[in-house]
Amino acid sequence: MALNREQLEQKCREVRRETLLIHRRAPETRIASSLSPVEILVALYYGGVLAFDPRRPQWPARDRFIVSKGHGSISFYPILADLGFFPREELEKVSKAGGILGGIPDSVIPGYETTNGSLGHGPGVACGMALGLRVKGRGCHVFVLAGDGELYEGSVWEAVMFAGAQKLDNLSLVVDANRAAMLNFTREIIDLEPLGAKFAAFGWDVDEVDGHDVEAVRDALQAQKSRRDGRPKVLVARTIKGKGVPRLEGDPLSHVQTLSPDEVDELLRRRP
Amino acid sequence: MTVPTMAVAMRDAFIREIHTRMMERSDIFFLSADFGSPRLDALRLEFPDRFVNVGIAEQNLINLSLGLALEGFCVFAYAIAPFITMRCFEQIRVDLAIHAQIRAINVNLIGVGAGMSYDVSGPTHHCLEDLSIMRTLPHLEIHSPSDAVAAVAMLDGALGRPVPKYFRLDGKALPNLAASLAPGDLARGFRILREGRMLMLATGFMAHRALAVAALLPAGLLGVIDLLSLRPVDEAALAEALAPAEAVFTLEEAFLGAGGLDAFTAGLLRGAGLDRPLQCCGVEQRYRFELGGREILHEAIGLSAAALAARVLAAAR
Repeated sequence: MALNREQLEQKCREVRRETLLIHRRAPETRIASSLSPVEILVALYYGGVLAFDPRRPQWPARDRFIVSKGHGSISFYPILADLGFFPREELEKVSKAGGILGGIPDSVIPGYETTNGSLGHGPGVACGMALGLRVKGRGCHVFVLAGDGELYEGSVWEAVMFAGAQKLDNLSLVVDANRAAMLNFTREIIDLEPLGAKFAAFGWDVDEVDGHDVEAVRDALQAQKSRRDGRPKVLVARTIKGKGVPRLEGDPLSHVQTLSPDEVDELLRRRP
Repeated sequence: MTVPTMAVAMRDAFIREIHTRMMERSDIFFLSADFGSPRLDALRLEFPDRFVNVGIAEQNLINLSLGLALEGFCVFAYAIAPFITMRCFEQIRVDLAIHAQIRAINVNLIGVGAGMSYDVSGPTHHCLEDLSIMRTLPHLEIHSPSDAVAAVAMLDGALGRPVPKYFRLDGKALPNLAASLAPGDLARGFRILREGRMLMLATGFMAHRALAVAALLPAGLLGVIDLLSLRPVDEAALAEALAPAEAVFTLEEAFLGAGGLDAFTAGLLRGAGLDRPLQCCGVEQRYRFELGGREILHEAIGLSAAALAARVLAAAR
Protein backbone atom coordinates (compact mmCIF):
# COMPACT_ATOMS: atom_id res chain seq x y z
CA MET A 1 0.00 0.00 0.00
CA ALA A 2 1.48 3.32 -1.05
CA LEU A 3 1.95 5.94 1.66
CA ASN A 4 1.35 9.66 1.32
CA ARG A 5 4.02 12.31 1.64
CA GLU A 6 3.69 12.75 5.38
CA GLN A 7 3.74 9.01 5.98
CA LEU A 8 6.72 8.56 3.68
CA GLU A 9 8.64 11.27 5.53
CA GLN A 10 7.80 9.63 8.83
CA LYS A 11 9.06 6.31 7.44
CA CYS A 12 12.33 7.97 6.43
CA ARG A 13 12.79 9.26 9.99
CA GLU A 14 12.15 5.80 11.37
CA VAL A 15 14.58 4.20 8.93
CA ARG A 16 17.30 6.73 9.78
CA ARG A 17 16.74 6.10 13.47
CA GLU A 18 16.93 2.32 13.04
CA THR A 19 19.99 2.65 10.83
CA LEU A 20 21.77 4.69 13.47
CA LEU A 21 20.87 2.08 16.07
CA ILE A 22 22.29 -0.68 13.87
CA HIS A 23 25.47 1.35 13.52
CA ARG A 24 25.58 1.81 17.29
CA ARG A 25 25.55 -1.97 17.68
CA ALA A 26 27.75 -2.68 14.64
CA PRO A 27 30.11 0.29 14.25
CA GLU A 28 31.94 -1.36 11.33
CA THR A 29 28.92 -0.63 9.10
CA ARG A 30 29.22 2.25 6.64
CA ILE A 31 26.92 4.79 8.20
CA ALA A 32 27.43 7.85 5.98
CA SER A 33 26.97 5.88 2.77
CA SER A 34 23.87 4.20 4.21
CA LEU A 35 22.16 7.43 5.22
CA SER A 36 22.18 9.06 1.78
CA PRO A 37 19.85 6.57 -0.02
CA VAL A 38 17.14 6.41 2.68
CA GLU A 39 14.54 8.34 0.69
CA ILE A 40 15.28 6.25 -2.43
CA LEU A 41 14.73 2.99 -0.53
CA VAL A 42 11.62 4.27 1.22
CA ALA A 43 10.14 5.55 -2.06
CA LEU A 44 10.72 2.19 -3.74
CA TYR A 45 9.28 0.05 -0.96
CA TYR A 46 6.61 2.23 0.66
CA GLY A 47 5.76 4.52 -2.23
CA GLY A 48 4.02 1.88 -4.31
CA VAL A 49 6.79 1.79 -6.90
CA LEU A 50 8.03 -1.79 -6.57
CA ALA A 51 5.97 -4.96 -6.87
CA PHE A 52 7.22 -7.41 -4.23
CA ASP A 53 6.04 -10.10 -1.84
CA PRO A 54 7.98 -10.48 1.42
CA ARG A 55 6.66 -14.02 1.85
CA ARG A 56 8.04 -14.94 -1.57
CA PRO A 57 11.22 -12.95 -2.13
CA GLN A 58 11.78 -14.78 -5.45
CA TRP A 59 8.17 -14.30 -6.65
CA PRO A 60 8.61 -14.37 -10.46
CA ALA A 61 6.35 -11.37 -11.10
CA ARG A 62 8.22 -9.09 -8.67
CA ASP A 63 10.12 -6.06 -9.84
CA ARG A 64 13.84 -6.62 -9.41
CA PHE A 65 15.90 -4.35 -7.19
CA ILE A 66 19.68 -4.68 -7.14
CA VAL A 67 21.67 -2.85 -4.51
CA SER A 68 24.91 -2.36 -6.37
CA LYS A 69 26.32 -0.10 -3.64
CA GLY A 70 25.91 -2.99 -1.24
CA HIS A 71 28.22 -1.60 1.42
CA GLY A 72 26.08 1.51 1.71
CA SER A 73 22.72 -0.13 2.21
CA ILE A 74 22.53 -0.84 5.93
CA SER A 75 19.44 1.38 5.86
CA PHE A 76 17.77 -1.30 3.72
CA TYR A 77 17.85 -3.74 6.64
CA PRO A 78 15.18 -2.05 8.77
CA ILE A 79 12.94 -1.71 5.70
CA LEU A 80 13.17 -5.40 4.85
CA ALA A 81 12.55 -6.32 8.49
CA ASP A 82 9.59 -3.95 8.74
CA LEU A 83 8.05 -5.44 5.60
CA GLY A 84 8.49 -8.97 6.89
CA PHE A 85 11.29 -10.32 4.68
CA PHE A 86 12.95 -11.58 7.87
CA PRO A 87 12.28 -11.26 11.61
CA ARG A 88 13.03 -7.93 13.28
CA GLU A 89 15.31 -9.68 15.75
CA GLU A 90 17.87 -9.96 12.95
CA LEU A 91 18.44 -6.21 13.25
CA GLU A 92 19.91 -6.84 16.68
CA LYS A 93 22.44 -9.27 15.23
CA VAL A 94 24.02 -7.31 12.37
CA SER A 95 27.58 -8.62 11.93
CA LYS A 96 27.07 -10.94 14.91
CA ALA A 97 27.45 -14.71 15.07
CA GLY A 98 24.24 -16.45 14.11
CA GLY A 99 22.86 -13.43 12.24
CA ILE A 100 22.19 -13.15 8.51
CA LEU A 101 22.81 -9.41 8.12
CA GLY A 102 26.44 -8.68 7.38
CA GLY A 103 28.47 -5.51 7.56
CA ILE A 104 28.09 -5.74 3.78
CA PRO A 105 24.97 -7.61 2.63
CA ASP A 106 24.90 -10.83 0.64
CA SER A 107 22.17 -12.49 -1.35
CA VAL A 108 21.62 -14.96 1.47
CA ILE A 109 19.44 -12.17 2.92
CA PRO A 110 15.81 -12.43 1.80
CA GLY A 111 15.11 -9.37 -0.34
CA TYR A 112 18.62 -9.03 -1.73
CA GLU A 113 18.72 -10.26 -5.30
CA THR A 114 22.49 -10.39 -5.62
CA THR A 115 25.72 -10.09 -3.70
CA ASN A 116 27.29 -6.70 -4.14
CA GLY A 117 29.58 -4.36 -2.32
CA SER A 118 32.32 -5.11 -4.75
CA LEU A 119 31.38 -2.15 -6.89
CA GLY A 120 30.41 -1.86 -10.52
CA HIS A 121 28.72 -5.23 -10.93
CA GLY A 122 25.09 -4.31 -10.33
CA PRO A 123 24.37 -2.32 -13.49
CA GLY A 124 25.56 -5.12 -15.78
CA VAL A 125 23.69 -7.80 -13.82
CA ALA A 126 20.60 -5.59 -13.96
CA CYS A 127 21.01 -5.34 -17.76
CA GLY A 128 21.11 -9.14 -17.96
CA MET A 129 17.92 -9.37 -15.91
CA ALA A 130 16.19 -6.68 -17.95
CA LEU A 131 17.17 -8.43 -21.18
CA GLY A 132 16.04 -11.80 -19.86
CA LEU A 133 12.71 -10.41 -18.69
CA ARG A 134 12.12 -8.81 -22.07
CA VAL A 135 12.89 -12.00 -23.98
CA LYS A 136 10.52 -13.90 -21.69
CA GLY A 137 7.82 -11.29 -22.22
CA ARG A 138 7.58 -10.40 -18.53
CA GLY A 139 6.60 -6.84 -17.74
CA CYS A 140 8.69 -6.55 -14.57
CA HIS A 141 10.93 -3.53 -14.10
CA VAL A 142 14.54 -3.72 -12.93
CA PHE A 143 15.86 -1.06 -10.57
CA VAL A 144 19.49 -0.85 -9.61
CA LEU A 145 20.96 1.46 -6.97
CA ALA A 146 24.55 2.61 -7.48
CA GLY A 147 26.66 5.22 -5.78
CA ASP A 148 28.25 8.05 -7.72
CA GLY A 149 31.70 7.00 -6.55
CA GLU A 150 30.89 3.59 -7.98
CA LEU A 151 30.65 5.17 -11.42
CA TYR A 152 34.45 5.21 -11.57
CA GLU A 153 34.30 1.47 -12.28
CA GLY A 154 34.68 0.91 -16.01
CA SER A 155 32.27 -2.01 -15.92
CA VAL A 156 29.47 0.46 -15.16
CA TRP A 157 30.02 2.16 -18.49
CA GLU A 158 30.15 -1.15 -20.34
CA ALA A 159 26.65 -1.70 -18.97
CA VAL A 160 25.53 1.85 -19.74
CA MET A 161 26.59 1.44 -23.37
CA PHE A 162 24.91 -1.93 -23.56
CA ALA A 163 21.58 -0.82 -22.08
CA GLY A 164 21.35 2.13 -24.46
CA ALA A 165 22.13 -0.01 -27.49
CA GLN A 166 19.69 -2.71 -26.40
CA LYS A 167 16.98 -0.14 -25.60
CA LEU A 168 16.37 -1.66 -22.17
CA ASP A 169 13.43 0.53 -21.19
CA ASN A 170 12.52 -1.83 -18.34
CA LEU A 171 15.67 -0.72 -16.52
CA SER A 172 16.16 2.18 -14.09
CA LEU A 173 19.55 3.03 -12.64
CA VAL A 174 19.20 5.15 -9.52
CA VAL A 175 22.40 7.01 -8.75
CA ASP A 176 22.74 7.92 -5.10
CA ALA A 177 24.76 11.01 -6.02
CA ASN A 178 26.04 11.81 -2.55
CA ARG A 179 29.08 13.56 -4.03
CA ALA A 180 31.72 11.59 -2.20
CA ALA A 181 33.71 8.40 -2.52
CA MET A 182 35.94 6.99 0.24
CA LEU A 183 38.70 9.55 0.48
CA ASN A 184 37.24 12.71 -0.99
CA PHE A 185 34.46 14.46 -2.82
CA THR A 186 34.07 13.16 -6.35
CA ARG A 187 34.67 16.60 -7.82
CA GLU A 188 38.14 16.47 -6.25
CA ILE A 189 38.94 12.92 -7.39
CA ILE A 190 37.68 12.88 -10.98
CA ASP A 191 34.75 15.19 -11.52
CA LEU A 192 31.75 13.21 -12.72
CA GLU A 193 29.82 16.23 -13.95
CA PRO A 194 27.97 16.77 -16.13
CA LEU A 195 26.63 13.41 -15.04
CA GLY A 196 23.23 13.44 -16.71
CA ALA A 197 24.73 14.42 -20.04
CA LYS A 198 27.01 11.39 -19.95
CA PHE A 199 24.01 9.06 -19.71
CA ALA A 200 22.05 11.02 -22.31
CA ALA A 201 24.94 10.59 -24.73
CA PHE A 202 24.46 6.80 -24.42
CA GLY A 203 20.76 7.01 -25.21
CA TRP A 204 19.34 7.05 -21.69
CA ASP A 205 16.40 9.03 -20.35
CA VAL A 206 17.78 11.23 -17.60
CA ASP A 207 15.87 12.55 -14.61
CA GLU A 208 17.35 14.50 -11.75
CA VAL A 209 15.77 14.97 -8.38
CA ASP A 210 16.48 16.15 -4.86
CA GLY A 211 17.25 12.74 -3.42
CA HIS A 212 15.98 13.72 0.01
CA ASP A 213 12.55 14.79 -1.23
CA VAL A 214 10.94 11.41 -0.85
CA GLU A 215 7.78 12.28 -2.73
CA ALA A 216 9.74 13.69 -5.67
CA VAL A 217 11.88 10.56 -5.72
CA ARG A 218 8.77 8.38 -5.62
CA ASP A 219 7.11 10.30 -8.44
CA ALA A 220 10.23 10.13 -10.61
CA LEU A 221 10.65 6.38 -10.07
CA GLN A 222 6.98 5.73 -10.68
CA ALA A 223 7.11 7.71 -13.91
CA GLN A 224 10.22 5.87 -15.07
CA LYS A 225 8.65 2.52 -14.41
CA SER A 226 5.61 3.33 -16.51
CA ARG A 227 7.52 4.92 -19.39
CA ARG A 228 8.34 2.21 -21.93
CA ASP A 229 9.87 4.41 -24.60
CA GLY A 230 12.73 2.28 -25.85
CA ARG A 231 15.27 3.94 -23.58
CA PRO A 232 16.86 2.90 -20.28
CA LYS A 233 16.38 5.37 -17.43
CA VAL A 234 18.70 6.95 -14.94
CA LEU A 235 17.54 8.90 -11.92
CA VAL A 236 20.31 11.10 -10.60
CA ALA A 237 19.26 11.56 -6.99
CA ARG A 238 21.21 14.45 -5.51
CA THR A 239 21.87 13.43 -1.95
CA ILE A 240 24.08 14.25 0.99
CA LYS A 241 26.41 11.64 2.35
CA GLY A 242 25.72 11.17 6.04
CA LYS A 243 22.34 12.92 5.73
CA GLY A 244 20.94 13.73 9.16
CA VAL A 245 24.28 13.67 10.97
CA PRO A 246 25.78 17.17 10.98
CA ARG A 247 29.30 15.92 11.66
CA LEU A 248 29.21 13.70 8.57
CA GLU A 249 27.47 16.06 6.17
CA GLY A 250 30.19 17.97 4.36
CA ASP A 251 33.06 15.81 5.60
CA PRO A 252 35.06 14.52 2.62
CA LEU A 253 36.09 11.54 4.75
CA SER A 254 32.60 10.75 6.02
CA HIS A 255 32.70 7.31 4.37
CA VAL A 256 35.21 6.02 6.87
CA GLN A 257 33.79 7.79 9.92
CA THR A 258 32.27 5.89 12.77
CA LEU A 259 29.84 7.39 15.24
CA SER A 260 30.39 6.72 18.92
CA PRO A 261 27.50 5.31 20.97
CA ASP A 262 27.23 8.66 22.77
CA GLU A 263 27.00 10.49 19.46
CA VAL A 264 24.23 8.20 18.27
CA ASP A 265 22.34 8.64 21.54
CA GLU A 266 22.66 12.40 21.30
CA LEU A 267 21.44 12.40 17.68
CA LEU A 268 18.44 10.30 18.56
CA ARG A 269 17.60 12.55 21.54
CA ARG A 270 17.60 15.59 19.31
CA ARG A 271 15.85 14.00 16.30
CA PRO A 272 13.61 11.28 17.64
CA MET B 1 36.32 -48.73 -34.44
CA THR B 2 37.17 -46.21 -37.10
CA VAL B 3 38.67 -43.07 -35.70
CA PRO B 4 38.07 -40.00 -37.82
CA THR B 5 41.27 -38.12 -38.32
CA MET B 6 39.81 -35.06 -40.00
CA ALA B 7 40.66 -32.01 -37.96
CA VAL B 8 37.65 -30.23 -36.49
CA ALA B 9 37.64 -26.95 -34.64
CA MET B 10 36.22 -27.61 -31.19
CA ARG B 11 34.41 -24.32 -31.10
CA ASP B 12 32.59 -25.00 -34.35
CA ALA B 13 31.49 -28.44 -33.22
CA PHE B 14 30.48 -27.10 -29.81
CA ILE B 15 28.54 -24.17 -31.25
CA ARG B 16 26.83 -26.37 -33.81
CA GLU B 17 25.55 -28.52 -30.98
CA ILE B 18 24.45 -25.49 -28.95
CA HIS B 19 22.61 -24.25 -32.04
CA THR B 20 20.77 -27.55 -32.28
CA ARG B 21 19.78 -27.38 -28.63
CA MET B 22 18.60 -23.79 -29.02
CA MET B 23 16.10 -25.05 -31.59
CA GLU B 24 14.73 -27.44 -28.97
CA ARG B 25 14.89 -25.21 -25.91
CA SER B 26 13.85 -21.59 -25.53
CA ASP B 27 15.87 -21.04 -22.35
CA ILE B 28 19.34 -21.02 -23.90
CA PHE B 29 21.04 -17.65 -24.38
CA PHE B 30 24.30 -17.07 -26.23
CA LEU B 31 26.46 -14.03 -25.51
CA SER B 32 29.63 -13.22 -27.41
CA ALA B 33 32.23 -10.61 -26.57
CA ASP B 34 32.54 -9.78 -30.27
CA PHE B 35 34.16 -13.12 -30.93
CA GLY B 36 33.00 -15.35 -33.75
CA SER B 37 33.41 -18.61 -35.56
CA PRO B 38 32.11 -19.72 -38.93
CA ARG B 39 29.50 -21.80 -37.17
CA LEU B 40 28.33 -18.93 -35.01
CA ASP B 41 27.07 -17.01 -38.03
CA ALA B 42 24.21 -19.46 -38.50
CA LEU B 43 23.29 -19.36 -34.83
CA ARG B 44 23.15 -15.61 -34.58
CA LEU B 45 21.13 -15.32 -37.75
CA GLU B 46 18.56 -17.79 -36.54
CA PHE B 47 18.28 -16.52 -32.97
CA PRO B 48 18.58 -12.73 -33.01
CA ASP B 49 16.59 -12.61 -29.76
CA ARG B 50 18.78 -15.07 -27.87
CA PHE B 51 22.14 -14.16 -29.32
CA VAL B 52 23.73 -10.87 -28.34
CA ASN B 53 27.13 -9.51 -29.24
CA VAL B 54 27.94 -7.52 -26.11
CA GLY B 55 30.99 -5.89 -27.66
CA ILE B 56 34.56 -6.20 -26.49
CA ALA B 57 33.52 -6.02 -22.85
CA GLU B 58 34.29 -9.15 -20.87
CA GLN B 59 33.34 -7.67 -17.50
CA ASN B 60 29.89 -6.88 -18.78
CA LEU B 61 29.75 -10.28 -20.46
CA ILE B 62 29.94 -11.96 -17.06
CA ASN B 63 27.62 -9.48 -15.32
CA LEU B 64 25.02 -9.98 -18.07
CA SER B 65 25.41 -13.73 -17.82
CA LEU B 66 24.54 -13.69 -14.13
CA GLY B 67 21.51 -11.49 -14.75
CA LEU B 68 20.23 -13.80 -17.46
CA ALA B 69 20.95 -16.89 -15.37
CA LEU B 70 19.02 -15.44 -12.44
CA GLU B 71 16.09 -15.06 -14.83
CA GLY B 72 16.28 -18.77 -15.57
CA PHE B 73 18.36 -18.88 -18.73
CA CYS B 74 21.13 -21.33 -19.46
CA VAL B 75 23.80 -18.93 -20.64
CA PHE B 76 26.79 -19.52 -22.91
CA ALA B 77 29.34 -16.71 -22.74
CA TYR B 78 31.89 -16.83 -25.49
CA ALA B 79 35.23 -15.04 -25.83
CA ILE B 80 38.95 -15.52 -26.24
CA ALA B 81 40.30 -17.69 -23.41
CA PRO B 82 42.82 -15.33 -21.77
CA PHE B 83 40.29 -12.51 -21.79
CA ILE B 84 37.24 -14.39 -20.53
CA THR B 85 39.27 -15.73 -17.62
CA MET B 86 41.62 -12.91 -16.69
CA ARG B 87 40.06 -9.63 -17.80
CA CYS B 88 36.94 -10.35 -15.78
CA PHE B 89 38.28 -12.61 -13.06
CA GLU B 90 36.63 -10.65 -10.27
CA GLN B 91 33.26 -10.75 -12.03
CA ILE B 92 33.64 -14.53 -12.28
CA ARG B 93 34.50 -14.65 -8.59
CA VAL B 94 31.65 -12.47 -7.31
CA ASP B 95 28.96 -13.17 -9.89
CA LEU B 96 29.55 -16.84 -10.50
CA ALA B 97 31.57 -18.48 -7.74
CA ILE B 98 29.95 -16.65 -4.82
CA HIS B 99 26.44 -16.72 -6.25
CA ALA B 100 26.75 -20.42 -7.10
CA GLN B 101 26.84 -21.10 -3.37
CA ILE B 102 23.49 -19.35 -2.93
CA ARG B 103 21.52 -19.76 -6.16
CA ALA B 104 21.29 -22.18 -9.05
CA ILE B 105 22.96 -20.41 -11.98
CA ASN B 106 23.77 -22.06 -15.26
CA VAL B 107 26.54 -20.02 -16.84
CA ASN B 108 28.94 -21.66 -19.25
CA LEU B 109 32.08 -19.76 -20.11
CA ILE B 110 33.59 -20.81 -23.43
CA GLY B 111 37.18 -19.69 -23.79
CA VAL B 112 38.82 -20.30 -27.13
CA GLY B 113 42.59 -20.27 -27.48
CA ALA B 114 43.84 -22.57 -24.73
CA GLY B 115 47.55 -22.64 -24.10
CA MET B 116 49.57 -21.46 -27.07
CA SER B 117 46.97 -22.16 -29.71
CA TYR B 118 47.06 -18.49 -30.69
CA ASP B 119 50.73 -19.09 -31.26
CA VAL B 120 51.91 -16.14 -33.31
CA SER B 121 49.71 -13.65 -31.47
CA GLY B 122 52.19 -13.59 -28.63
CA PRO B 123 51.95 -13.48 -24.85
CA THR B 124 48.74 -11.42 -24.66
CA HIS B 125 46.90 -14.20 -26.45
CA HIS B 126 48.78 -17.16 -25.02
CA CYS B 127 46.65 -18.57 -22.21
CA LEU B 128 49.01 -20.17 -19.73
CA GLU B 129 47.42 -19.08 -16.45
CA ASP B 130 43.75 -20.00 -16.82
CA LEU B 131 43.89 -23.50 -15.35
CA SER B 132 45.66 -22.15 -12.29
CA ILE B 133 43.45 -19.18 -11.59
CA MET B 134 40.17 -20.91 -12.33
CA ARG B 135 41.15 -23.66 -9.90
CA THR B 136 41.31 -21.05 -7.14
CA LEU B 137 37.55 -20.43 -7.39
CA PRO B 138 35.18 -22.77 -5.55
CA HIS B 139 32.10 -24.11 -7.32
CA LEU B 140 33.43 -23.52 -10.82
CA GLU B 141 33.66 -26.57 -13.06
CA ILE B 142 36.73 -26.62 -15.30
CA HIS B 143 36.58 -28.61 -18.51
CA SER B 144 39.49 -29.06 -20.87
CA PRO B 145 38.43 -31.24 -23.80
CA SER B 146 41.10 -32.53 -26.14
CA ASP B 147 38.96 -32.85 -29.25
CA ALA B 148 35.63 -31.92 -30.76
CA VAL B 149 34.02 -35.23 -29.86
CA ALA B 150 34.80 -34.68 -26.19
CA ALA B 151 33.70 -31.06 -26.29
CA VAL B 152 30.34 -31.91 -27.85
CA ALA B 153 29.82 -34.76 -25.41
CA MET B 154 30.15 -32.27 -22.56
CA LEU B 155 27.14 -30.28 -23.68
CA ASP B 156 24.53 -32.43 -21.98
CA GLY B 157 26.23 -31.77 -18.68
CA ALA B 158 26.51 -28.08 -19.48
CA LEU B 159 22.78 -27.85 -20.02
CA GLY B 160 21.82 -30.09 -17.15
CA ARG B 161 23.93 -28.81 -14.27
CA PRO B 162 22.96 -25.32 -13.03
CA VAL B 163 26.44 -24.35 -11.89
CA PRO B 164 29.10 -22.14 -13.45
CA LYS B 165 31.51 -23.86 -15.79
CA TYR B 166 34.58 -22.97 -17.81
CA PHE B 167 35.22 -24.73 -21.11
CA ARG B 168 38.80 -24.34 -22.26
CA LEU B 169 38.83 -24.95 -26.00
CA ASP B 170 41.82 -25.11 -28.30
CA GLY B 171 42.02 -22.48 -31.00
CA LYS B 172 43.28 -24.87 -33.65
CA ALA B 173 41.40 -27.59 -35.48
CA LEU B 174 42.54 -30.88 -33.97
CA PRO B 175 41.92 -34.46 -35.07
CA ASN B 176 39.53 -36.44 -32.92
CA LEU B 177 41.29 -38.90 -30.64
CA ALA B 178 38.33 -41.27 -30.73
CA ALA B 179 35.02 -41.48 -32.54
CA SER B 180 33.17 -41.36 -29.26
CA LEU B 181 33.76 -41.31 -25.54
CA ALA B 182 33.45 -44.53 -23.61
CA PRO B 183 30.58 -44.65 -21.12
CA GLY B 184 31.68 -43.15 -17.84
CA ASP B 185 34.62 -41.16 -19.18
CA LEU B 186 32.84 -37.85 -18.85
CA ALA B 187 31.58 -38.60 -15.37
CA ARG B 188 35.06 -39.64 -14.28
CA GLY B 189 36.62 -36.60 -15.94
CA PHE B 190 39.35 -38.54 -17.74
CA ARG B 191 39.94 -41.23 -20.31
CA ILE B 192 42.77 -43.67 -20.74
CA LEU B 193 44.13 -43.31 -24.26
CA ARG B 194 47.00 -45.77 -23.98
CA GLU B 195 48.37 -48.18 -21.41
CA GLY B 196 52.01 -48.19 -20.29
CA ARG B 197 54.44 -48.84 -17.45
CA MET B 198 54.73 -45.14 -16.86
CA LEU B 199 51.80 -42.76 -17.28
CA MET B 200 51.53 -39.28 -18.68
CA LEU B 201 48.55 -37.26 -17.53
CA ALA B 202 47.86 -34.57 -20.10
CA THR B 203 45.02 -32.17 -20.81
CA GLY B 204 43.63 -30.44 -23.89
CA PHE B 205 45.95 -30.19 -26.86
CA MET B 206 48.72 -31.80 -24.85
CA ALA B 207 46.88 -35.14 -24.87
CA HIS B 208 47.72 -35.22 -28.58
CA ARG B 209 51.32 -34.38 -27.77
CA ALA B 210 51.49 -37.12 -25.13
CA LEU B 211 50.35 -39.68 -27.68
CA ALA B 212 53.08 -38.47 -30.05
CA VAL B 213 55.63 -38.85 -27.27
CA ALA B 214 54.47 -42.39 -26.52
CA ALA B 215 54.74 -43.27 -30.21
CA LEU B 216 58.43 -42.34 -30.17
CA LEU B 217 59.12 -44.65 -27.23
CA PRO B 218 59.37 -48.43 -26.97
CA ALA B 219 55.96 -50.09 -26.98
CA GLY B 220 54.43 -50.36 -23.52
CA LEU B 221 56.67 -47.78 -21.89
CA LEU B 222 54.41 -44.75 -21.74
CA GLY B 223 50.68 -44.75 -21.26
CA VAL B 224 48.55 -41.64 -21.70
CA ILE B 225 45.61 -40.38 -19.66
CA ASP B 226 43.60 -37.52 -21.09
CA LEU B 227 42.27 -35.33 -18.28
CA LEU B 228 39.00 -34.03 -19.70
CA SER B 229 38.06 -31.99 -16.65
CA LEU B 230 40.02 -30.56 -13.75
CA ARG B 231 36.78 -30.23 -11.78
CA PRO B 232 34.83 -32.34 -11.15
CA VAL B 233 37.05 -35.39 -11.37
CA ASP B 234 36.49 -38.80 -9.87
CA GLU B 235 39.69 -38.58 -7.89
CA ALA B 236 39.49 -42.10 -6.51
CA ALA B 237 39.14 -43.53 -10.02
CA LEU B 238 42.01 -41.41 -11.30
CA ALA B 239 44.23 -42.46 -8.40
CA GLU B 240 43.36 -46.05 -9.15
CA ALA B 241 44.32 -45.53 -12.79
CA LEU B 242 47.63 -43.95 -11.81
CA ALA B 243 48.46 -46.47 -9.09
CA PRO B 244 50.14 -49.12 -11.31
CA ALA B 245 52.48 -46.55 -12.91
CA GLU B 246 56.18 -46.73 -12.11
CA ALA B 247 56.32 -42.99 -12.63
CA VAL B 248 53.82 -40.26 -13.40
CA PHE B 249 54.32 -37.35 -15.79
CA THR B 250 52.06 -34.37 -16.14
CA LEU B 251 51.90 -32.44 -19.39
CA GLU B 252 50.15 -29.09 -19.70
CA GLU B 253 50.43 -26.11 -22.00
CA ALA B 254 50.39 -23.82 -19.00
CA PHE B 255 52.80 -22.34 -16.49
CA LEU B 256 54.46 -24.78 -14.14
CA GLY B 257 54.42 -24.18 -10.42
CA ALA B 258 51.37 -21.96 -10.60
CA GLY B 259 48.71 -24.31 -9.33
CA GLY B 260 47.67 -25.96 -12.60
CA LEU B 261 47.77 -29.59 -13.66
CA ASP B 262 51.06 -30.16 -11.81
CA ALA B 263 49.62 -29.08 -8.49
CA PHE B 264 46.38 -30.91 -9.19
CA THR B 265 48.25 -34.17 -9.78
CA ALA B 266 50.64 -33.78 -6.87
CA GLY B 267 47.67 -33.17 -4.60
CA LEU B 268 45.81 -36.13 -5.99
CA LEU B 269 48.76 -38.52 -5.50
CA ARG B 270 49.39 -37.18 -2.02
CA GLY B 271 45.73 -37.47 -1.09
CA ALA B 272 45.61 -41.05 -2.33
CA GLY B 273 48.80 -41.95 -0.48
CA LEU B 274 50.52 -42.85 -3.77
CA ASP B 275 54.25 -42.32 -3.50
CA ARG B 276 55.20 -42.26 -7.18
CA PRO B 277 57.99 -40.34 -8.88
CA LEU B 278 56.31 -37.29 -10.41
CA GLN B 279 57.74 -35.18 -13.24
CA CYS B 280 55.84 -32.12 -14.36
CA CYS B 281 56.17 -30.89 -17.92
CA GLY B 282 54.82 -27.53 -18.94
CA VAL B 283 55.84 -23.95 -19.54
CA GLU B 284 58.51 -22.36 -17.38
CA GLN B 285 57.38 -19.03 -15.93
CA ARG B 286 58.47 -16.75 -18.74
CA TYR B 287 56.41 -15.19 -21.49
CA ARG B 288 57.41 -16.28 -24.97
CA PHE B 289 57.80 -13.95 -27.90
CA GLU B 290 59.18 -16.41 -30.47
CA LEU B 291 57.34 -16.45 -33.77
CA GLY B 292 56.87 -19.19 -36.32
CA GLY B 293 54.06 -21.23 -34.82
CA ARG B 294 53.15 -23.57 -32.00
CA GLU B 295 55.72 -26.22 -32.91
CA ILE B 296 58.53 -23.70 -32.86
CA LEU B 297 57.33 -22.35 -29.52
CA HIS B 298 57.20 -25.87 -28.15
CA GLU B 299 60.70 -26.58 -29.44
CA ALA B 300 61.90 -23.48 -27.64
CA ILE B 301 60.36 -24.47 -24.31
CA GLY B 302 61.15 -28.17 -24.32
CA LEU B 303 57.68 -29.41 -25.12
CA SER B 304 58.40 -31.00 -28.50
CA ALA B 305 57.61 -34.69 -28.73
CA ALA B 306 61.30 -35.54 -29.08
CA ALA B 307 62.35 -33.51 -26.03
CA LEU B 308 59.58 -35.00 -23.92
CA ALA B 309 60.41 -38.52 -25.11
CA ALA B 310 64.00 -37.98 -24.03
CA ARG B 311 62.80 -36.96 -20.56
CA VAL B 312 60.68 -40.08 -20.27
CA LEU B 313 63.53 -42.29 -21.45
CA ALA B 314 65.90 -40.71 -18.95
CA ALA B 315 63.41 -41.40 -16.19
CA ALA B 316 63.00 -44.99 -17.35
CA ARG B 317 66.70 -45.72 -17.07
